[in-house]
Amino acid sequence: MNQPVSIPAGPAAAGRIGRERLARLRRGAEALAIPLLALVISAGLFSIFLLILGKSPVQFYSLIWLGGFGTPFSWSNTLLRAAPLMLMALAVAIPARLGLTMIGGEGALVLGGFAAAAMAVPLIGTTNPVLMHALMLIAAMAIGAIWIGIAGGLRHHRGVNETISTLLLSYIAIAIMNFFVEGALRDPADPNKPSTRAIGSEAMIGKMPGIDVHWGLAVAVLACILLHVLMQRTTYGFACRIAGGNARAALAQGLPVGRLIVSASMIAGLCAGLAGYFEVAAVHGKANASLAAGYGFTGILVAFLARHNPLAIIPVAILFGGIAAAGGIIQRRMGLPDASVLLLQGMTFLVLLASETLYGRFRLFNPAARTERT
Amino acid sequence: MPFDRFSRRSFLQGAAAGTAAAALGFPSLARAQSGVTIGIVYVGPKDDFGWNQAHAVSIGVLKATPGVKIIEEENVPETAAVAKSMESMINLEGANLILATSFGYFNPFMVDVAKKYPKVTLRHAAPLWEKGKHPDNAGSYFGYLDQAHYVNGVAAGLSTRTNKIGFVAAKPISSVLRNINSVLWGARSVNPNATLQVIFTGDWALPVREAEAANALIGAGCDILTCHVDSPKVVIETAERRGIRSLGHNASQAPLAPKGFITGAEYKWETIYRIFAEAIAKGQTVPNMVFGGYDRDMVRNTAFGAGAEEPARKAAEAAIADLKANKPIIRGPVKDNKGNVVLPNASYDNFDRVLDGMNFLAEGVVGSIT
Amino acid sequence: MDGSSALVTVLAAMIGGAIRVSTPFLFVALGEMLTERSGRINLGLEGTLVLGAMSGYAISYHTGSPWLGLLVAGFAGMMMGTLHALICRLPKVNDIAVGIALMLFGLGIAFFLGKAYIQPTAPRLGSIPLGFWSSNPQIEQALEINPLFLIGIALAFFLAWALKNTRPGLILRVTGDSEAAARALGHPVMLIRLMATAAGGFLAGIGGAFLSLYYPGSWNEGLSSGQGLMAVALVIFARWDPIRCLYAAMLFGAAGALGPSLQAIGITQGYYFFNAAPYILTLFLMIGSAGSKKALRDAPGELALTR
Repeated sequence: MNQPVSIPAGPAAAGRIGRERLARLRRGAEALAIPLLALVISAGLFSIFLLILGKSPVQFYSLIWLGGFGTPFSWSNTLLRAAPLMLMALAVAIPARLGLTMIGGEGALVLGGFAAAAMAVPLIGTTNPVLMHALMLIAAMAIGAIWIGIAGGLRHHRGVNETISTLLLSYIAIAIMNFFVEGALRDPADPNKPSTRAIGSEAMIGKMPGIDVHWGLAVAVLACILLHVLMQRTTYGFACRIAGGNARAALAQGLPVGRLIVSASMIAGLCAGLAGYFEVAAVHGKANASLAAGYGFTGILVAFLARHNPLAIIPVAILFGGIAAAGGIIQRRMGLPDASVLLLQGMTFLVLLASETLYGRFRLFNPAARTERT
Repeated sequence: MPFDRFSRRSFLQGAAAGTAAAALGFPSLARAQSGVTIGIVYVGPKDDFGWNQAHAVSIGVLKATPGVKIIEEENVPETAAVAKSMESMINLEGANLILATSFGYFNPFMVDVAKKYPKVTLRHAAPLWEKGKHPDNAGSYFGYLDQAHYVNGVAAGLSTRTNKIGFVAAKPISSVLRNINSVLWGARSVNPNATLQVIFTGDWALPVREAEAANALIGAGCDILTCHVDSPKVVIETAERRGIRSLGHNASQAPLAPKGFITGAEYKWETIYRIFAEAIAKGQTVPNMVFGGYDRDMVRNTAFGAGAEEPARKAAEAAIADLKANKPIIRGPVKDNKGNVVLPNASYDNFDRVLDGMNFLAEGVVGSIT
Repeated sequence: MDGSSALVTVLAAMIGGAIRVSTPFLFVALGEMLTERSGRINLGLEGTLVLGAMSGYAISYHTGSPWLGLLVAGFAGMMMGTLHALICRLPKVNDIAVGIALMLFGLGIAFFLGKAYIQPTAPRLGSIPLGFWSSNPQIEQALEINPLFLIGIALAFFLAWALKNTRPGLILRVTGDSEAAARALGHPVMLIRLMATAAGGFLAGIGGAFLSLYYPGSWNEGLSSGQGLMAVALVIFARWDPIRCLYAAMLFGAAGALGPSLQAIGITQGYYFFNAAPYILTLFLMIGSAGSKKALRDAPGELALTR
């Protein structure tokens, strides 16, 4: 994660730009090749596991293809699952650029979604839906940003570890939602599943044209692109990367490290809150315990596989959306228990993290291989 | 088994599957399969020793029906994922009957899928479907377990010495509240001094908190415990260890408590699935609404355990006979435990739909739903 | 029920809860403390705990010996710890992320292999009736104690002593405080961390077996509900001290018993918050203690958490 900031150091000014472009290309190729290698290795390991169980890896992977990508329906299934994964992966990736490991996006999603649903309750059927959705959106993003922002603030001002605090805040967020959903804001018309009042199917966010997926997908892709620009092309992103590389050096250079940490956490929470908004506005139509569906935890995996690069999150989220979409047909056709997808994810994650050690080891990608340890 | 046999067989399977998968790229081919393909969706693992397992075991009735192919998927959350799981069963495997076995699957997910695929039949395991309001290709089936809990209560009312029955509950939702109240009403029908104390754990499977709740209830003087959580194992075993008696829920827990088990409330999903199987065998659509209790053999009580004394057995058996004859459980007016009249009529049919949305703890229950 | 007897009920429940519920926290926390003292953090102990619970239960069921199950659970945990240490010794690998991955992996294996053991009843670990002197059944029940709880307390004191007064304790502390210093003294840093992480995994596995083999004494997929994660948080506000780990674990156990016992005496409003009490408590204790100079002084210098 601590990528050294590249400083153009060519001897001749004329060759500098070309050489830098080449170096960037090589680094890009490295960032593509190593995760791919890790994916292949983990697929191989899982194949061995399947063989031991007497199951066919060929069938397994062809079913992943069929269930995730093989038909137009499979694509819509995959993309529907990929949309929240993108936002939840951003919620991990942006703080990670600052060297923070925040894993509590799930809580911000739940609380953001709950805020959106609570905001909608007094407005159901009375005002125009545009205003209602605008207020829901603002509520979800604001609450999400505040929630993870708290963890960022605690990290900077009190030195509270952000990994643990985000996790605890997640549990607390779910308790807060349950308290209201089963109490003050419970809809008496839904006695068997405590929920807030539904906003009604006609007021919900619809599908995108030509595809059976709601608008959350477009917004998620847009968020990935915008945050890529923010992190790569602006002084803010540059400052974040410096602070993530070495907080002390960043302080010495006069960078406002505290403000960077809190703002990056708030961006993370905003993304998670946005995911919560779409879960309520486009999927459930109300807030209930099902908002905590584990997108936050898969999002961690997506962010790491994408090496915290917002653009790379898009294809990786689609890949994991596809694996999740195929999980059902794998169970049905191969009789593998639901835990097999969890096992595959854990195995992939482990191999992937171990592969981090390979960066800078290959001559092909790094002609002047650096050897210093980080 | 030698490894080479493993790998060869797996390879052949894989090759066959590859061809099949290629063929299934065209959904029309999958649809062209003859017979009935039933897709079943479970909310948790299907061997959870609780709700899901009760369904998964009873599905065996349908498996045995000729021309029926069963496809199952477990651990499907109550989110967009369940809509997509059902659609995947329909689109990729040609399922024409879907059984969704969790409350939260119904609205909006199953309703939406039913609208989108009018030729597919969908049934949901809770009394939620209403004719006219929901699509005609959807439907509900349900066993009224509260009747068996009422019988539990009758046995408990004559077994308790402290007049305190403990109930460990997951969440304050209607079906749970109805079971809680039914235990109390059963107990009060034979013992007017009986009370029932309830502790909500907050979720369906929290074993440590369930054990804590059981211990807290015993500490508060309860000498009989029962529960409505996903897997009653922890509560029943804790009661047995503490030397008090217990009442089961969902499936037979008799072997877990050889000394203190009285009886338990069990679903008989197989009765409903047999009705479905018969309809399929005749080439008919399964009925939109199938429900019942003791009157239609859709619930039962576990065979009495060592904790059931003679008077309790007799009273429980008499209660079962009454329920089979559709004698009403609820004689109003009924007050909740805050003193408000919640059911004003003099008596209610056991299947009155007003009762489906039960949202109170009855007078005599110690506890609160908020 | 009058006020004083209600209070006795709650207090007895909380003391009992502290004894019943704290043991897994204590073992996981002591294990994590050892690991963190060596300069690594293993966030994957939740997965280790659940794997330990499953394997212990399975072995107890098959062999009829819960103590053998306990041992196997410990060894399963040790394997997980070793795996963590081996991956983390590779340069550039983030130990926090490896922990998260190992958590998924451990849960995956435990759920995959544990399906067959949800229904059967396995022999449980026994207990010692230390409350025999009391005629109050509540106190009697509260003092029904599993030997593992006593072993855990003894272990906490032993570790506190060993860290201060023995050569291995000193080496562990040096390795955790400064890798450079440890290398200069000729200590094999990676081996020490491997041993510390493996030992941590062993203890977490034991903690898991306590859950499945004693309290609540049953295996299913919802068994842990985050206890392995909370134990990691607990180590931080116990400031890496074994004795404070013991107090913190007891406090957590008591907080866990608060929700159900308050409902038992009729205080039911907001039970979600009482049930979330351990999480809220941890967060506030971390806020209260983490930023202080004392905490920074106690923290192992090499720990990624505090950098």
